[in-house]
Amino acid sequence: MWDWTFTFEILPVLARAAIMTVEATALGFVIAATLGLVLASIRLAFPVAGVVVTVLVELIRSTPLLIQIFFLYFVLPKAGIVLDAFTAGVAAIGIHYAAYCSEVYRAGFENVPRGQWEASIALNLSPWNTFKDIILPQALPPVVPALGNYLIALFKETPLLSAIAVLELMQTAKNIGSETFRYTEPVTLVGVFFLVMSLVSAGIIRMLESWLQRR
Amino acid sequence: MWIRMLTAMLAGTLLLIALLSANAEYRLFMPGLLEGAVLTVEITLLGAVLAVFMALIAALAKLYGPLPIRWLSTTYIEIFRGTSALVQLFWLYFVLPQFGVFLDAFVVAVLALGLNIGAYGAEVVRGAIVSVARGQWEASIALNMSKAQMLRRIILPQAFTAMIPPWGNLFIELVKSTSLVSLITLADLTFKAQQMNQSTLKTVPVFTLVLLMYLAISLTVTIGMRLLEQRASRGLTRGRVA
Repeated sequence: MWDWTFTFEILPVLARAAIMTVEATALGFVIAATLGLVLASIRLAFPVAGVVVTVLVELIRSTPLLIQIFFLYFVLPKAGIVLDAFTAGVAAIGIHYAAYCSEVYRAGFENVPRGQWEASIALNLSPWNTFKDIILPQALPPVVPALGNYLIALFKETPLLSAIAVLELMQTAKNIGSETFRYTEPVTLVGVFFLVMSLVSAGIIRMLESWLQRR
Repeated sequence: MWIRMLTAMLAGTLLLIALLSANAEYRLFMPGLLEGAVLTVEITLLGAVLAVFMALIAALAKLYGPLPIRWLSTTYIEIFRGTSALVQLFWLYFVLPQFGVFLDAFVVAVLALGLNIGAYGAEVVRGAIVSVARGQWEASIALNMSKAQMLRRIILPQAFTAMIPPWGNLFIELVKSTSLVSLITLADLTFKAQQMNQSTLKTVPVFTLVLLMYLAISLTVTIGMRLLEQRASRGLTRGRVA
């Protein structure tokens, strides 16, 4: 049923693919975290443009990521923008989670006491300086745990990239399966890898959270 | 006020679908996509029923079960929250047959998604039960209620209201994760879209229609949950006032 020699044979191949998965996660999260902050800031600064952002966020959040990946990979080339599979996939994941992250940042902004804004006006700080030096430093630390949760969620969505043939972990496991007709070991190993990585990062986030609370 | 805005958005989405399907290039795809949409809705509904069932069992087991049962439910929750839904789907579909268990793709889809969302739901249910005010527990003990009576009559009805908004999020999550079942050969909305895209290469109409259909399904779920929330918080001093 379970073949250990075969397991050790495919382990290096899967380990190499795991690097691709981690790369996609890191790049996707960088996009999500920065774009999310930009979206939330637009909402904060320009109420009129904010309505557009709200509708956009709602749109992105209520359609499946898989369809969005297909959209970027298959529909954009029709408009003359050709992306390779990895770029399209990472961009789709990044934009999808940017919508979620923007809500997280928004909650952070709303948590800053109004007196801070009023004091900044009283001190004659420019809106930009108020935002950069007063609001952001207070808004960001409380939302770190929530962002961490989305990092884990994003990490677990990366197998979707296998649908557009990015050679990440799941796709590699599928390939091994179709070459050797043995799915048990590769798919189980992928599951174990995700479980271990999620538990480890959940632990790290919990530590970060308690560290932030102690400060 | 939110409900009105959401309803307007849903009406706009449906109107857009109707307008687009007046165009011959789009109308061509409507019958096939609607067929796929029906399967998507079916999987969503059955998955939701399984998820709520599993969540209740797992949460109650984790809170009140004897130690081995508590461990079992914690293991279930951590495994299904800790691995990705796609891997779970593939494991049930490709690996289980190796152990002699053959399941129909549809059953696998409902099972995997239901168990996955159920694991998240278990934490939601647990959180809602724990957050019921302490005095309520003490009053039920003072009234000499059995544990079952206390849960059924006092705790769960109050926890129910607190559960509705997070369950709404989970159901949306469920709608969206049904798109994964296309990868285990089920002809849902996403599968139909890919198939039509490959056979006709009319990428823009196909994927535009699919996006709008998913949006319509998700919005319907959101509106339904908001209405339920409104209904459930009636007469309570807590929860959102409509």
